[in-house]
Amino acid sequence: MSAPKTLYDKIWDNHIVSINDDGTTILYIDRHLVHEVTSPQAFEGLRMSGRKVRRPEFTLATADHNVPTMDRDKGIADPDSKLQVETLERNASENNITYLPMSDKRQGIVHIVGPEQGFTQPGMTIVCGDSHTSTHGAFGALAWGIGTSEVEHTLATQTLIQTKAKNMCIKITGEVVDGVTAKDIILAIIKKIGTAGGTGYVIEYTGDVIKNLSMEGRMTVCNMSIEAGARAGLISPDEKTWEYLKGRPLAPSGEEFETAIKYWQSLATDEGAQYDEIVEIKADEIIPQVTWGTSPEDVVSIDGYVPDPKNASSDEKKISIERALDYMGLEPNTPINEIEVNKVFIGSCTNGRIEDLRAVSKIAKGRKVRKNVHAMIVPGSGLVKEQAEKEGLDKIFIEAGFDWRDPGCSMCLAMNADKLKPQERCASTSNRNFEGRQGRGGRTHLMSPQMAAAAAIKGKLTDFRDL
Amino acid sequence: MEKFNKLTGNAIPIRITNVDTDMIIPKQFLKTIKRTGLGEYLFFELKFDQDGNKIDSFALNQDQYNGASILIAGKNFGCGSSREHAPWSIADYGIKCIIAPSYADIFYNNCFKNGILPIILDEETVAKLQDTAENTLNFNIDLEKQNITYVENNEQKEITFEIDPVKKKCLIEGLDDIGLTLNKSSSISNFENNQAKETPWLYGSKII
Repeated sequence: MSAPKTLYDKIWDNHIVSINDDGTTILYIDRHLVHEVTSPQAFEGLRMSGRKVRRPEFTLATADHNVPTMDRDKGIADPDSKLQVETLERNASENNITYLPMSDKRQGIVHIVGPEQGFTQPGMTIVCGDSHTSTHGAFGALAWGIGTSEVEHTLATQTLIQTKAKNMCIKITGEVVDGVTAKDIILAIIKKIGTAGGTGYVIEYTGDVIKNLSMEGRMTVCNMSIEAGARAGLISPDEKTWEYLKGRPLAPSGEEFETAIKYWQSLATDEGAQYDEIVEIKADEIIPQVTWGTSPEDVVSIDGYVPDPKNASSDEKKISIERALDYMGLEPNTPINEIEVNKVFIGSCTNGRIEDLRAVSKIAKGRKVRKNVHAMIVPGSGLVKEQAEKEGLDKIFIEAGFDWRDPGCSMCLAMNADKLKPQERCASTSNRNFEGRQGRGGRTHLMSPQMAAAAAIKGKLTDFRDL
Repeated sequence: MEKFNKLTGNAIPIRITNVDTDMIIPKQFLKTIKRTGLGEYLFFELKFDQDGNKIDSFALNQDQYNGASILIAGKNFGCGSSREHAPWSIADYGIKCIIAPSYADIFYNNCFKNGILPIILDEETVAKLQDTAENTLNFNIDLEKQNITYVENNEQKEITFEIDPVKKKCLIEGLDDIGLTLNKSSSISNFENNQAKETPWLYGSKII
């Protein structure tokens, strides 16, 4: 009998095309998602060398980073954004790649579209020129972000040259406190292991807390694996996974679906398999989390305080806290729930799914967004938008004073017109709080959709459970 | 791919940890459809304030670092997005070597695709080199010998570094990855034929 393997080991082994003389592995890539920002130079490279796309049918393209989230009938105003989107459209068409244009209701953020269409399935290798490709790990797919050179390599060969990462297991034990979401769990994980804690690893998230999460919640957790430095995040697929996939346009159907389930079931980590690193986190200790600084590891509980650089563990840490406080315009020891915001962004590949919007609607219903706060809700895809409107969520949002938009990456990275002005402070459900991330000089606090909605209503960071 | 073998040049110390890809190349410069011309936007928001004035305290704005080809930075350099625009802007600026205690995974790999050598040294040595860079004009980097040499106070100094032999070979020979993989086309086809038997649903004809 062969040695017990982890989920990661199994997917890796199932995709080895060959091992090069130098010890690197040529790994087969089952599916490739493409967006407009990281692909033009890759297609240009193919053209220059006279190479073709090997498997256009395994490739799916959509524009998400640059697309406007309002007045879409007017097209894209910014000429550079427009050129980038048109370039993707042309490249997709010339190479027979399926492209979902802005006018298609299935268009959206690649990491929302993939799962929605059943393009993402357990046991697959999936890549995209985008670091948040780790999202797809929620299905037990090995999915990671790549640079443009590797996008070109994937287009030309449907493979990548890889070195295997190490196995890390993050086990969430105990039970979650009421009101604690997948976002709070992943923020608590990053607080514990740091933004470089996962470097060199693929993380498998385990434990009943993870099993009990919905597919949407699992995607939120895996999405931010990259913020912990990991190459990818994985969750063992189970009944919830099959249930989610059943009937999706690109998922197998009928008898083939049953055969696929048998295969997917065989992927779970074997008993006795070895991880290189195991981290345990107690769920009971997690309450709603927010970030105070400019790194996703700058996490604090909502009942906490802005840190004091005087208490830093090292000089380097002290300098980094001082720099973050200066950028964020915060004083040490300020209670977190006294921090006032004037912007709220709900959306992104981290929290732009229907479950997130339902959670927001529960907070928003019968309440009003505080005067002087601009709060926008950007669904992750046209289908999420359609579903939300079918359920009447849009009416609740608009009634409460939220700005209900069209799908895209929007103010998560502010490549389109949605951005913070200098010194504006934003409660955001996105994934990065880097300096300038949501607009130059803008100040980002990351949190769950419920917490962002509560911030919109109170005009300051607040524990939504107290509303 | 661009080759890297030897390099002689001065170095810019960037004394910030967790330098992220948004700092290296802010998103407003990602709208290009070309690889070139990004050098002038490298560290744009650290170089210029919101009114477009130069920030004198930032090393890239200081005359003594003009023409530098080496960057000496804090740990977890290049964290954040997968944008290859980050190494493109660094290379286009003229920097061919980075020295730091650690790097984010995707950025590290992207460097090798663009002829940039990312050297890893312990934190103490990096901090010392940052000080040295303020006074020493030239560092010599030799990838073949895996060493950094320079003269400080009339004394010849040498620091050696480790690097994965595969990555070293790629940089020295400037290999065309895609061409090499395409030579294995028959292995890829064999893999596909087997996979289509084992997991046929992956080869369904259903295209949206």
